[in-house]
Amino acid sequence: MNEILRGKPSFKGRTVVVAMSGGVDSSLSAFLLKEKGYNVIGITLKLWDYKEVGGEPLQDGVCCSVDSMNDALHVCTQISSPHYVLDLTKEFRGRVIKNFVSQYKKGRTPNPCILCNTEIKWKVLLGKAKKLGADFLATGHYARIEYDDKRRRFLLFKGKDPSKDQSYALWGLSQKNLAFTLLPLGELTKKKTRELASQYNLKTASKSESQEICFIPDNDYPRFIKDWEKGQESEAKKGPIYNLKGERIGAHKGIPFYTIGQRKGLNISYPKPLYVLKIDPKENTLWVGEDKDLFKSTFYVSNLNWISIENLKDTIECQIKIRYSHQPKKGMISRLTDKCVLVKFQNPERAITPGQSAVFYRGDEVVGGGIIDKVKD
Amino acid sequence: MKKIYLDHSATTPVNPKVLEAMLPYYKEHFGNPSSIHEFGKVAKAALEEAREKIAELFNCSPYEIYFTSGGTESDNLAIKGVAFANKNKGKHVITSKIEHHAVLESCKYLKREGYQITHLPVDRFGFVDPDDLKKNIREDTILVTIMHANNETGTIEPIEELAKIAKEKGVYFHTDAVQSAGKIPIDVEKLPIDLASISGHKIYGPKGVGAIYIRKGTRITPLSHGGHHERSRRAGTENIPGIVGLGEAVKIAFKDMDKYNEHLKNLSVTFLKKLKETINDIQLNSHPEKRISSTLNISFKGVEGESIILSLDMKGVAVASGSACTSGSLEPSHVLSAMGIEPAIAQSSIRFGFGRDNTLEDVDYVISVLPEIIQRLRSMSPIYTQSKK
Repeated sequence: MNEILRGKPSFKGRTVVVAMSGGVDSSLSAFLLKEKGYNVIGITLKLWDYKEVGGEPLQDGVCCSVDSMNDALHVCTQISSPHYVLDLTKEFRGRVIKNFVSQYKKGRTPNPCILCNTEIKWKVLLGKAKKLGADFLATGHYARIEYDDKRRRFLLFKGKDPSKDQSYALWGLSQKNLAFTLLPLGELTKKKTRELASQYNLKTASKSESQEICFIPDNDYPRFIKDWEKGQESEAKKGPIYNLKGERIGAHKGIPFYTIGQRKGLNISYPKPLYVLKIDPKENTLWVGEDKDLFKSTFYVSNLNWISIENLKDTIECQIKIRYSHQPKKGMISRLTDKCVLVKFQNPERAITPGQSAVFYRGDEVVGGGIIDKVKD
Repeated sequence: MKKIYLDHSATTPVNPKVLEAMLPYYKEHFGNPSSIHEFGKVAKAALEEAREKIAELFNCSPYEIYFTSGGTESDNLAIKGVAFANKNKGKHVITSKIEHHAVLESCKYLKREGYQITHLPVDRFGFVDPDDLKKNIREDTILVTIMHANNETGTIEPIEELAKIAKEKGVYFHTDAVQSAGKIPIDVEKLPIDLASISGHKIYGPKGVGAIYIRKGTRITPLSHGGHHERSRRAGTENIPGIVGLGEAVKIAFKDMDKYNEHLKNLSVTFLKKLKETINDIQLNSHPEKRISSTLNISFKGVEGESIILSLDMKGVAVASGSACTSGSLEPSHVLSAMGIEPAIAQSSIRFGFGRDNTLEDVDYVISVLPEIIQRLRSMSPIYTQSKK
């Protein structure tokens, strides 16, 4: 167990707030920290409710349901730790869901989980944890944090399980955030987590994986955006679809319903399969083309946060990951301004999508990250 | 660690004497009171004996007492039952802005069913103005429902005046007496109320049982249908052990009302005095005198109530903010909002609910840990520290 928590001195008796979704990962995190001698406080965030987001859940016990809160409470009872539910629906609505909808309306594809990390978990929850007198905040993310004496910085590394690494979702954490954070699962594989959880009889040991976006329980984005925007003046407008030759070949239902690389729902008969290449919210137009046209190499990244370096001075080589399921690929990142870098992949990559996060790696180490702003043609 | 329970407005422990009275009705006297045989008769006798004990509390006939599953069901039956039975006369119901959700949500339901609801405002201490009631009663008003004592602040409403106004106008008057039962007299000979709700677990009785007083001659439609239990006003086999427990709890509360009130008053007044000596910038939201002696609602300026609850919980002290039903949401309490207390102060409020088993030592323990918690939380509150500069 010692090595599981490597990188942070083990402070027996120190207090840690564990963000518990009611899933197996955060449950085991709480258990391991308790075993290690920490004074554990479990907190489950209530971020939204069904009345508000609509849709029928595809599975039971998803996050923010009463069942999941009860599961977290059950685990805390097992380890004799207090458990509280914090209602952050207002904050979540204002800082995460609104952004999600407005980004889609701008033709971008946001990643609300990453925003939730920086705006909710490591801001609102972290503040609450401090008020409770906690020394640390812990989550069940598969990533590792270590302090580097030479660079005098807290570093973020990929989790040991390559198939489950979640460092991508944590690129927005500041040095202060990282110093306050414990990630007990960084050295484990998902398989090992389940094994340990069932070995220790945690109720959540065999719960299924959480889905992509928690507040869209039916996974139906167009339905969600339609519901959310109901009654608002700026409802989605229909518009034209063009091919690369500039010919109008169809009509779209409204920009929020499309994402780069999307094939379904275009309703155009064409000799070859068509994909969304570009979304132009200003002109309310959609550009489509063949799969090969989706490959691009150069794009801009802004909203930057640096982790292993203080700032980017010129150009460095690294591996760049452009979506959660993407394997990092080699490329160069160059400083344009304090707030913007230019990224150039060595080889073109498919469907570089504005609104998604780009995270820069050197091996397992996270250099920094930002949000994809614009892709060069 | 010391464990001190100061949330008696949410629920209370079952009095050992109450539990003792209940146990035989789980074991040897398990009969169904509707049965003809001996087993049934024993249960039936217990049921009616409990009814008499409740009738004593209200100074009414036992035939005017009906058992339910608790305060919420009693409120639902009173409000919807009267509204349904009298809809030919009118569809207007008057309530206040500070009622328990069992009342507010029942009224909301009626609104969806085509009834009109008037919510009377309250003043800084949460009192409904009898003149307001007078002004708002209309030809088509069929029911007034205003609580006896508020669950978040303990404030006692001028029920006698309010009920008299309703009676003069020929309108039914219901009161949610869940918080006041056993703490202040509810003599229906003196108070012209037509319906009143009480709950077992707020007065050291079991959970899942309550009762409703319904004055003879009140037109009311039952909400549950089935057998002829409770004179056809509430179908379902009676929860005999619970009802026996409720009867015993009411009996004890009624008998020892003065003794307990004095004890609770001593505790809460001492606590408030010591609190004022050790912590500055606090505000009493409850009325200093016209409140049930067990309840104090206090705001600690510059600190979120939620953080105080959690910090006290970790020191073994159980308190609440607002009612147990709304805790956990950061919306300021509807009660304090209606009292005109600004949101920031409302969000910094804590409800201390003293109980019979609390002692002055408990008070001292809380006073020994609370100032430090408030100081720590205030030092982390940029708004508070800035306002002090």
